[in-house]
Amino acid sequence: MKSAVIVFPGINRERDMARALKLISGRDPVMTWHADTALPHGTDLVVIPGGFSYGDYLRCGAIAARAPIMDAVRSFVARGGLVLGVCNGFQILCEAGLLPGVLMRNARLKFIASDVYLRVERSDTPFTRGYNAGQVIKVPVAHGEGNYTADAQTLARLEGEGRVLYRYVAPNGSLDPAWNVNGAVNAIAGIVSERGNVLGMMPHPENHVEAAMGCTDGRGLFAGLVEALDRAA
Amino acid sequence: MFYRVVVMIRRNEPPITPELVAEHGLKPDEYERIVKLIGRVPSFTELGIFSAMWNEHCSYKSSKVHLRTLPTQAPWVIQGPGENAGVINIGDGLAVVFKMESHNHPSYIEPYQGAATGVGGILRDVFTMGARPIACLDALSFGAPDHPRTRHLVFGVVAGIGGYGNSFGVPTVGGQLRFHSRYDGNCLVNAMAVGLAEADRIFYAKATGVGMPIVYLGSKTGRDGIHGASMASAEFDDDSDAKRPTVQVGDPFSEKLLLEACLEIMAKDCVIAIQDMGAAGLTCSAVEMGAKGDLGVELDLDTVPCRETGMSAYEMMLSESQERMLMVLRPEKEAEAEAIFRKWGLDFAVIGRTTPTRRFVVRHGGDVMVDLPIKELGDEAPVYQRPFVETPKRPAIAAASVRAPMPVPDALEKLIGSPDLCAKRWVWEQYDHVILGNTVQRPGGDAAVVRVLDGPKALALTADVTPRYCEADPFEGGKQAVAEAWRNITVVGGKPLAITDNLNFGNPERPEIMGQLVGCIRGIGEACRVLEFPVVSGNVSLYNETNGRAILPTPTVGAVGLLDDFTRSATLAFKAADEAILLIGETTGWLGQSLYLRDLCARDDGAPPPVALETEKRNGDFVRILIHENIATAAHDISDGGLLVALAEMAMASGVGAQLAPAPGKIPAHAFWFGEDQGRYLVTVHSGAVDAILARAAIAGVPVRRIGTTSGETLAIADERPVLVEALSERFEAWLPGYMAGTLSDP
Repeated sequence: MKSAVIVFPGINRERDMARALKLISGRDPVMTWHADTALPHGTDLVVIPGGFSYGDYLRCGAIAARAPIMDAVRSFVARGGLVLGVCNGFQILCEAGLLPGVLMRNARLKFIASDVYLRVERSDTPFTRGYNAGQVIKVPVAHGEGNYTADAQTLARLEGEGRVLYRYVAPNGSLDPAWNVNGAVNAIAGIVSERGNVLGMMPHPENHVEAAMGCTDGRGLFAGLVEALDRAA
Repeated sequence: MFYRVVVMIRRNEPPITPELVAEHGLKPDEYERIVKLIGRVPSFTELGIFSAMWNEHCSYKSSKVHLRTLPTQAPWVIQGPGENAGVINIGDGLAVVFKMESHNHPSYIEPYQGAATGVGGILRDVFTMGARPIACLDALSFGAPDHPRTRHLVFGVVAGIGGYGNSFGVPTVGGQLRFHSRYDGNCLVNAMAVGLAEADRIFYAKATGVGMPIVYLGSKTGRDGIHGASMASAEFDDDSDAKRPTVQVGDPFSEKLLLEACLEIMAKDCVIAIQDMGAAGLTCSAVEMGAKGDLGVELDLDTVPCRETGMSAYEMMLSESQERMLMVLRPEKEAEAEAIFRKWGLDFAVIGRTTPTRRFVVRHGGDVMVDLPIKELGDEAPVYQRPFVETPKRPAIAAASVRAPMPVPDALEKLIGSPDLCAKRWVWEQYDHVILGNTVQRPGGDAAVVRVLDGPKALALTADVTPRYCEADPFEGGKQAVAEAWRNITVVGGKPLAITDNLNFGNPERPEIMGQLVGCIRGIGEACRVLEFPVVSGNVSLYNETNGRAILPTPTVGAVGLLDDFTRSATLAFKAADEAILLIGETTGWLGQSLYLRDLCARDDGAPPPVALETEKRNGDFVRILIHENIATAAHDISDGGLLVALAEMAMASGVGAQLAPAPGKIPAHAFWFGEDQGRYLVTVHSGAVDAILARAAIAGVPVRRIGTTSGETLAIADERPVLVEALSERFEAWLPGYMAGTLSDP
């Protein structure tokens, strides 16, 4: 796996992400500056990490979505390349039009940093093959605007095409409004693009990859990507 | 010289009058001192500069003589007080840089921005020295829950701390939150930042070399925060809201860029000296760089990047606009440094030079606006031996004289759901506490544990103080604040290394307040000496009073400890049923100044529990060994609320209950369960290990007794009504969210 982590000004989880990628794939990602116009040669996974790009003073991700590097990311996506956007990365992908829908202010109007439970809805995608369908994983969230929503038609398509990969659930795997921390529609935590090669998700699997930090439930996502890319190579 | 004459007749500056001097917070005798020092009447800008340098906040004029008595040395101390932050050596070529600072007055006036810029300021202090911030903690004190302003302040302060730290990208891993009517008109926001640096690459403020370029970096200068440091040096009254324009506005995005840019140019060896622009902005940072390096400084204000047009020299010199730095760069590296700053989209301007004159000269629009002796500006600030009266000792309360107002289980239920003891989840869930991927122990335990790089070393971090003890007996209270911080680190398995102290008090011109300050500093010093726990940085916040009513004396102690291997640490949660619960330390049933007495008996009299420092050390060292040998399966120190509250916290953290022996006959049950004797811990161990531990404890001279066994789902004291752990948890978690939502019937 040869990954590139895009760094916009104000992004702050790029080190967490780089550490997780190194730990699981064995290779350091290439940190790629927002002002660059091309991805590193041979990139097979692009990761847009979390943070507050440009301070998130405008709509979250709106400025980063228009940065020079994003043209290269768009062409990469068009060629079928795999892109993972986490937290601010998810917001940027939505703003860039690479994923449908928007992320609104959390329903309880406060920033929320806590562990959440996600149900993996299917295991036959590069982003979920490290898990079993229906498996419940524990990962942290840390965001003020993660309340996913989309128009009814888009939602119907997302659900109908099985493009919701991760959903906020209770620890036993059942849907429960009390565990839907940000009030996202249909408890959506992560979705993929129509072609299935772009994943956006609010929670941070990269922070649950070491037993020393109390939980390794996030490993499966990266391990699955490594497997998918190795198979393709 | 020609410009000496110009100094007195500058354009557009008002004449100096006694009223203008008073508005600048300078006393008549302080003004006389200025005139004598410079041999003439100061210009308006110069008056502003003196007011900024000589106020309490920047000069420590009331506290200096007492602060000098604090122990600041240890073999592991690299830098003690006097720089932007303290620095300690943790081995492997690494150093920890840390400091705590208050932002009380701004937070009361504008809670979000006040707290946010408090966090921003302390982060800058840490990365100015070349360290990457790895954790923040925040100790907060608010007024009574039923005071009309309290909820608004809690909302704003917590959101502000989160808003800044979350965006900047540092985990906020611990702190304190208390409520007391004495903070009604003056909340406390004490922010601590901890950073990691290479031990041989620490950066200081001291300028070297004549003719070196002085470079301005970061955000532009605006009219915000003018006289912020002076505001922090005056009491509040009913018109304090009018001071809102003196609060600065924080921009964590710029700060994050500034961090990355600064660390990058430091790594490329471009920096000779660096100082952040905090209190009193450009003035304080420029004077400090020159004075420390025995050099003069000349600034040309026409080159300062400004956010608005038409700013006067006075405004530029006193602006406290945030996210700014001043540096002396190696001239041959100037272009390289500039390119790095431009890459990060930050302002970069050469605004002056170092000179051999030891004078501070500021030019603006062709005029010399300021020409002052640089050393004297800082060194000749008045130092006061303010008169003080010692706080009268209060008599100890005999436990037997306090009637229990309710059965023990009822008392536990009441206390666990009280504002001071309830869960603070509502607060720390608004702080990103796992970013950077090193948070081993999250908020809610005795101390946070943060891994160093890839481990196995880790830091134990805490902030603590018990203001009601300090009020009743400043000396014992000061000792207790240090001992409690030491205990918090010990009980997660850390070796306590050093502290930063944030001393919050009322008006030092009142002898009884000065007595509190002096007593607390003595107590802190005594504890630090015995526990080998030096003070390496700190901050003093005085004049915390409104309409003549002072806050409780609150010397917050922030502390750092080291774990050689974080896998040999302990958490407070019970781990399994059928383990022995051991009580370590002496229990006498000390109810004076306890939360039980205050909250359930409505009494705040009596002496606080004394701290026996030698015993403290012996007991703590014993606990730490049990943790390092992986014998202790859980560990918790006993503090606010006493023994039963500590047991409840261990049970709630796990869901496992306990069977407890009755209180020993010689102590009244309520005093045994809720007394706040110091130097005590609870640990759990496998039942089979108990005898060996008791034998070792006897040899070490440490009192240890088995008080019960973990089991079931209730806390059950023999002959008392058992209490369901789950029901306790509900009460524990309910108060703060209920209060903040305004849904409590009786806050």
